[in-house]
Amino acid sequence: MASQAAVVETPGRKRTSSQTGDLIARLITLLFAISLLAIALLLVFQLWIRSGPARERLGFGFLFSSEWNPVTEQFGALPFLYGTVVTSLVAMLISVPFGLGAAIFLSELAPAKVSNGLTFVIELLAAIPSVIYGLLAIFTLVPLMREYIEPFLKHTLGEIPIVGDLFHGPAYGVGYLTAGLVLAIMTVPFVISVSRESLLAVPREQREAALALGATRWESTWQIVVPYAKLGILGSVFLGLARALGETMAVTMVIGNVPAVSASLLAPGYSIAAVIANEFAEASGKIHPAALVELGLVLFALTIVINGLARIMIVATTSKGSKR
Amino acid sequence: MSLLTWRKIVNGVMLTLTGVCTVTTVAVLFVILGLLLYNGASSLSWNFFTQLPKPPGETGAGMANAIVGSFEIVGVAALIGIPIGFIAGIYLAEYEDKKFASVVRYIADLLNGVPSIIVGILAWALVVLPFRHFSGFAGSVALSVMLIPIVTRQTEQFLREVPLALREGALALGACKWKMIATVAVPAGSKGILTGMILGVARIAGESAPLLFTALGNQFWGNMNEPTSSLPVMIYRYATGPYEEWHQQAWAAGLVLIAMVLTANILARLVISRGVSVPRG
Repeated sequence: MASQAAVVETPGRKRTSSQTGDLIARLITLLFAISLLAIALLLVFQLWIRSGPARERLGFGFLFSSEWNPVTEQFGALPFLYGTVVTSLVAMLISVPFGLGAAIFLSELAPAKVSNGLTFVIELLAAIPSVIYGLLAIFTLVPLMREYIEPFLKHTLGEIPIVGDLFHGPAYGVGYLTAGLVLAIMTVPFVISVSRESLLAVPREQREAALALGATRWESTWQIVVPYAKLGILGSVFLGLARALGETMAVTMVIGNVPAVSASLLAPGYSIAAVIANEFAEASGKIHPAALVELGLVLFALTIVINGLARIMIVATTSKGSKR
Repeated sequence: MSLLTWRKIVNGVMLTLTGVCTVTTVAVLFVILGLLLYNGASSLSWNFFTQLPKPPGETGAGMANAIVGSFEIVGVAALIGIPIGFIAGIYLAEYEDKKFASVVRYIADLLNGVPSIIVGILAWALVVLPFRHFSGFAGSVALSVMLIPIVTRQTEQFLREVPLALREGALALGACKWKMIATVAVPAGSKGILTGMILGVARIAGESAPLLFTALGNQFWGNMNEPTSSLPVMIYRYATGPYEEWHQQAWAAGLVLIAMVLTANILARLVISRGVSVPRG
């Protein structure tokens, strides 16, 4: 009887100890999860505090002034904002058609094995560090642009009115166009892999119905499958855009690092990330580092908004679509 | 020309174009690898791995301190980032309160998308400013901030792929929840989780932007409490510098860096995660 009582008693005691064990484990993991929130809050807090001196001194004029001279303590964000936005737009203009095309090929045409193999290779492209892209760009793309591509663009597109304004001035090799091109190569893998996922999530019946109605393969893809996946594709575009906006090393190495606003894509410029990379370690005084942090704050806000939109779109499509 | 022929032509042309897009993109990878091999191999020598950087003009310069520095900075970053990310990932996958977990998940994704240079500013404000000097440790803090959200999301995703039946089996046998997680769920998802960790470490190993004003750089040997040299930062400085010798060294360093990053990637994706699908961040 006594042993039976013990048997009855033990599980009861064990359950309470395991419950406290569970509670502790739950609290510990919760603590680490909260640490992510803490990091995010700390990031916003530090960016805000450290940019304080610049925000007080320069006000909103900071965003619209194009004068940047640390020696005379004149700080304007416009050349950097302009450079960041222009290079990213050039990049997306190239990488979106390319990426979407490749994603269509990988999801609609290529056999599964080939598609997976090629996707693997494309994902390796995304794993290449950005400084390596910069290294290659400086020594191979920049001379190529200076000697051949930019003179060619000047002689063809440069002659057309209005559009020609984008392609005039001396061919330096470095500048908005070169930086945009490097960013395009860097963002293509993101556009491809997310677009491919969303295209693969389109139900098979959609394609079959279109083909059964007599559509060609391309018509079914372009008029049925792509519109069905458009939110996910848009998400991939935004994801790529956010990458391009925040990309530092490769851009710093090829944009030319001249704080000016130029209409010509061939002209050298500057970007937010590039000026922080170049000047932050040596920034002295009170306002200069603060102005750089404020630039960082602007960039942070920009990428957060665009990333946030991208995530919402991607989540919306992948949860809506059929689970593969 | 009939409408049908026209449609068929459009079909053929457009489908071919999509193939061209794919081939071009894939070709870019091989062009990159080829250029690195061609330019890097010629300036890669034993000295590169054993000697310190020397002033331009002197022969036999190397990047030994940068290679070791990279391992130190990334190693410490991994020691900080992997446990935090891993445990946070367990919370998201196993203990979720629906609302709070989705907030954490969203924040992790946003942190993942924060430009690395801005993470560098955070580490500068947290470590460099209070201690009043640049240090390898500050670089590690920056890189660990980048690593945490990556590991969190990967851990969560792979734990979610562990079948519910396995968990229920363990619970039905009387295991309490944390024992179920530690002895059933995590081991079952371990291949994928390990893959995610390696990919995350490989990604931060190639970062230079957050190190520019945290770890800075060093021409000599030093400890983690001093400015510390790293391969990516050396590539940047040498490639943008004016000397031909530096350019050669930058190519060699580029080849070494890409060899390490791609080896880690291929190992993680092909060998360890055989049969496991790797979700993309």
